[in-house]
Amino acid sequence: MNGPVLEVEELVKHFHVGSRVGGGGAVVHAVDGVSFTIGAGEVLGLVGESGSGKTTVGNCIARLVEPTSGRIRIRDVDVTHLTRRKMRPLRREVHMVFQDPYSSLNPRMTCGQIVGEPLRLHRLARGRELDRRVVHLFERVGLRPELRHRYPHELSGGQRQRVGLARALSVGPSLLIADEPVSALDVSVQAAILNLLRDLQHDLGFSSLFITHDLATVEFLCDRVAVMYLGKIVELAPTREIFDSPKHPYTQALLSAAVVPDPDAQRARARVVLEGDVPSPLAPPSGCRFRTRCPLAAQSAPRSVEEEPELRDIGGAHLVACHLASVAGEAPVLADLAVESA
Amino acid sequence: MEALLDVSDLSVRFDTDDGTVHAVDRLSFVLGEREVLGIAGESGCGKSVTMLSLLSLLPPTAVVSGTAHFGKIDLLAAPPSALREIRGREISFVFQEPMTSLNPAFTVGKQVGEVLRRHLGLSRDDASRRAVELLDLVRIPAPERRVREYPHQLSGGMRQRVMIAMALACDPKILIADEPTTALDVTIQAGILDLMREIRERLGTAIILITHNLGVVADIADRVLVMYAGRKAEEAPVDELFRHPQHPYTMGLLGAFPRRGVDRLQEIPGVVPSLRELPQHCAFAPRCPRADELSRSEIPELRRVRPDHWVACFHPGMNGASR
Repeated sequence: MNGPVLEVEELVKHFHVGSRVGGGGAVVHAVDGVSFTIGAGEVLGLVGESGSGKTTVGNCIARLVEPTSGRIRIRDVDVTHLTRRKMRPLRREVHMVFQDPYSSLNPRMTCGQIVGEPLRLHRLARGRELDRRVVHLFERVGLRPELRHRYPHELSGGQRQRVGLARALSVGPSLLIADEPVSALDVSVQAAILNLLRDLQHDLGFSSLFITHDLATVEFLCDRVAVMYLGKIVELAPTREIFDSPKHPYTQALLSAAVVPDPDAQRARARVVLEGDVPSPLAPPSGCRFRTRCPLAAQSAPRSVEEEPELRDIGGAHLVACHLASVAGEAPVLADLAVESA
Repeated sequence: MEALLDVSDLSVRFDTDDGTVHAVDRLSFVLGEREVLGIAGESGCGKSVTMLSLLSLLPPTAVVSGTAHFGKIDLLAAPPSALREIRGREISFVFQEPMTSLNPAFTVGKQVGEVLRRHLGLSRDDASRRAVELLDLVRIPAPERRVREYPHQLSGGMRQRVMIAMALACDPKILIADEPTTALDVTIQAGILDLMREIRERLGTAIILITHNLGVVADIADRVLVMYAGRKAEEAPVDELFRHPQHPYTMGLLGAFPRRGVDRLQEIPGVVPSLRELPQHCAFAPRCPRADELSRSEIPELRRVRPDHWVACFHPGMNGASR
């Protein structure tokens, strides 16, 4: 199969808060013009801090929330505003794994019923055949098949996340959206789930949108990375590129803030500490959204205030939205500045 | 190094309707002056219960034994009145969730001032002046304005700074921080870790940092104590621990950390044991690739395997079967 599995174009999602019908009220700019594609078998990491809009992007693609504008195409079918009924057959194509394995599984269903439900609803299997496929799915995600008769509360967090994964993969989706799938788990359990995700992705060849705040898992799992800040993608590049030569000041700050279990690396690290907090998505700053916290905002003023930086290709499929990044791929390195001023 | 806090043979159990839960089992450790001690472990390892037990902050169902010498006082035997003097004044706490630890109905200045008035007997005016200074100390911009604001008007990082300001109000000797950055974004976490480093440098406060994140430990701790199922698994200075981990559990945790260039992460099979039936053998044995008859029949005592490096394992070291 050629062509991308998922194409997202200028996706916008605004939430209206505190207003009566038709009345004024405020608008949360959760996602404000996001575009990217995911190729067949590709894993794209969507990284950002709380409030960056990364989860809303995932929810829009799965049509759990209605996009305000923009376009979402799954395998060349425009699903942006399909009705629920028309969407139904396409639900086989996109499945989700959620962060919290406690609240995302129905406590009144056995784990076997949970995993078999998509197969049943899509009328792909029933009776003995259904059970056979559920057993196979349990084995696939490393669960003992006997556990299909148990209820979610009888399982550990890691086992529950495996059930969620088996459910998501039951109908053979071409795209898996995983929203912080390991954040609620202990470190020792996380590793097993990440290995499993990687094996399954390798064997079954589905594409993935991996949403997380954790840069270490992205580096382990993803082919490309998109970094979000306040509803916008600020940088998008192959994983190696992002980690070796991040261009956007926000990406640089994010990477320098991530802690690793190595005291030498922690001491050697040139820290870029961002001032202040993320502005409210109710009133994002004009021009460059990062300018209120950017150590280099003065360098690009007044352009940073007046003009929104475009997400441009600076070569090698490396996209960055910063006024200071040149088309030739040159961009200021914050760590150098931090060392100079120290 | 002078011992500021000396905990010896601390055990905490809870008698519940479903039986006895052994949360902490014969734990000993020492905190030195100006030292940052990292206590690392996964959920349910007893790291938080340990700290709460020191200041009698556990529910009455908890049965605590052992000693915890803070200067001349044994915290575990001290009467409530003596503990009230120490709590918040000599030893103070910062918790994980800065939203629920602050009272939403009072301004930030009032809450910081409350500590000062109660413990130090400051007047209302002095307390509010000092509150502004404290907010400035924890690097909150425009402290004169912030003291008049309510917790909901502050971001998560700012609230955690307020909590730290309250904890520092009486210039404590020990600051106990329980997962202080876990609820925060990484760029905010970096600022809080820098702040704690600065506090130690400027005020000489000793810090006990409880966390599940070995990255945070590597960043800020001088010495690390790894806990598993209520017991100490390993203890060493930070460089020593990360360069030469000895306990298979510690090695497993480090190998489980995702990073580039590895094809597979190291997995630790199985789950953390239930604290209801704490085994009379090595608690890690069921998940350990090196476990043998000995591990399954006796509890390994802590022993020194390298200078200043203690481990509770019958088969410690880097050259074990798992690597």
